[in-house]
Amino acid sequence: MADAGTKKDYLVTEKLVKRFDESLAVDEVNLSISKGEIFALLGSSGCGKSTLLRMLAGFETPTSGRILLGGQDVAKLAPYERPFNMMFQSYALFPHLDIWENIAFGLKREGLPNSDIKQRVGEMLDLVQLTPYAKRKPHQLSGGQQQRVALARSLAKKPKVLLLDEPLGALDKKLREQTQFELVNIIEKVGVTCVMVTHDQEEAMTMAGRIAVMSKGRVLQVGSPEEVYEHPANRFVADFIGNVNLFDGKLSVDQPDRCAVQTAIGEIFVGHGVSGALHMPVSIAVRPEKIEISKERPDFAHNLFSGKVKEIAYFGSYNSFIVQASDGTRVKITEANTSRHDLSNITWEDDVFFWWSDGAGIVLRD
Amino acid sequence: MAITRLTMPGKRFVISVPFVWLILFFLFPFLILLYISFVDMGNDISPFKPIWDSSTGLLKLKYENYWSIFRSGDEGVLFQTIYIEAYVRSLWYALCTALLCLVIGYPFSYFIARAKPSVRPALLMMVMLPFWTSFLLRVYAWKGILADQGVINQVLMALGLIQEPLQMLYTDVSMLVGMTYVYLPFMVLPLYANLVKMDFRLLEAAHDLGASPFKAFWLVTVPLSKAGIIAGFMLVFIPSVGEFVIPSLLGGPENIMIGRVVWDEMFSSNNWPRATALAVVMIGLIVVPLAIYYHYTGDAPDAKA
Repeated sequence: MADAGTKKDYLVTEKLVKRFDESLAVDEVNLSISKGEIFALLGSSGCGKSTLLRMLAGFETPTSGRILLGGQDVAKLAPYERPFNMMFQSYALFPHLDIWENIAFGLKREGLPNSDIKQRVGEMLDLVQLTPYAKRKPHQLSGGQQQRVALARSLAKKPKVLLLDEPLGALDKKLREQTQFELVNIIEKVGVTCVMVTHDQEEAMTMAGRIAVMSKGRVLQVGSPEEVYEHPANRFVADFIGNVNLFDGKLSVDQPDRCAVQTAIGEIFVGHGVSGALHMPVSIAVRPEKIEISKERPDFAHNLFSGKVKEIAYFGSYNSFIVQASDGTRVKITEANTSRHDLSNITWEDDVFFWWSDGAGIVLRD
Repeated sequence: MAITRLTMPGKRFVISVPFVWLILFFLFPFLILLYISFVDMGNDISPFKPIWDSSTGLLKLKYENYWSIFRSGDEGVLFQTIYIEAYVRSLWYALCTALLCLVIGYPFSYFIARAKPSVRPALLMMVMLPFWTSFLLRVYAWKGILADQGVINQVLMALGLIQEPLQMLYTDVSMLVGMTYVYLPFMVLPLYANLVKMDFRLLEAAHDLGASPFKAFWLVTVPLSKAGIIAGFMLVFIPSVGEFVIPSLLGGPENIMIGRVVWDEMFSSNNWPRATALAVVMIGLIVVPLAIYYHYTGDAPDAKA
């Protein structure tokens, strides 16, 4: 790699493979993570994201491939020789040590003078606002406090890379939302490069600058939350991130700035070209919130369909409808609940029209 | 099926069974021991006299039974008696046995605890298997191994490593080998029970924070298995102090342990009061340090994982 070790390619994996017996847990993963970035590995359980993280930490030895940190291969280093520190999902705080000693554990291993250790632990306790709890044992703290101790402990040694394994997985939902911003603030304050693993797309999208979506050991797409959501690379990513309606069909018109796809529900127009062969099979992904719904026929030329309301779900901040089109296709539509009476006039078995602009759909080849 | 809580009488019954057992077969016999230790020696027909003087009808406690343990005669030097020697020797060998069991048993327990869950029962079975044969048979087997014409000496001589047989039987070595062998499972089982509960992710966390495998073991595994170490140590140490059979079968004739002394006083000298006084002091030697330990740590060794 020509620009090895630059800010942009600070942490790089090259054709990283991990094989357990006969199954491939991680399959030729190439990633390049910039310095100071928060990078998320997102996927469902068993997709290889945890194995990948454990290889970065050094708990698993790669079957093949390289892990480069600032241009240097670290794949052969033992976990205790790597400038990587991990915050474990279970926190893995030492139950026999108090909070102060937990945070000091890594510093003591470096053989720093006592005064330096004291100062550094003090800084860390301040950073996570746990100074009054220094003499408590981990089991005397709440889940959220334990999580902050785990963070402080993993940051104490000033690691070059911070690894987070499902950082919010052990917290309940309400606490999670509050904590994720707190966590990002602290990480950004410290400025450490961070790789996190999560199965929760919301967590990945709110915390990370870039996301790698993984499935079956492979990275399917890397991009910012917006890119991954608005321009999914394939059906899996579109389906995994958020809700989506997928319409399968064949390319019927292809021009540089627009194309049309013949699907079961009708012809769908999309505002971008695909440069593919005519009649090739493709899918169109349309997010439910990008579809409009009304009982009155709107003044709209394309991508306008009609159907019957089959399901309505009220989520508070939005309503969700399942509408069955005349050909039987079921389409999911969500509408923001902006005023208190607007949508209450649509009910089960109503005939409705639904439509979306040609900028809403994305053509997916696979 | 709903689990109904035991009613009060039921609860009392369940709790009282072991208590009644302990009172009948431990506390009551101990009180008899304590009684005998304070009376005069008797004759062949009744080995001890009643505590009250039959002529005056007065209560008479014979403290000399205890006093003579610590000082032989009126002009003897305090703490220089064969009894004190035997106590010190017994405590010392019990300590050695417990430490040997710990050194051998810890890696063993650790290995079982980290083995695949599917093979753990088989490994544990191997620890317990010796219990299925007679204890005496196993101790006698060691005689065959350690004797002058035993397996080890014959092999060493056949290899030409030694010319004369090594004296191993009837020494401290053979006694410690026998004691360590017999008591090892009592160390392994509580240690295993403790280590198997340990969260091995804590070791990963220690490695991640820069601890070498040895440091991680020393700073995380050992402190966390403290309760298991103490439990195993007690289980080996306490019965070892009073051990009678192994020292008499494998030990040397000159190193008399306290169990042997009690036996001799009881059956050779027919001095029941002194034998019981020796036994009471031995119980005190073990119980008092334990009580102090629990008082200051504030918990029983198995109360915390």
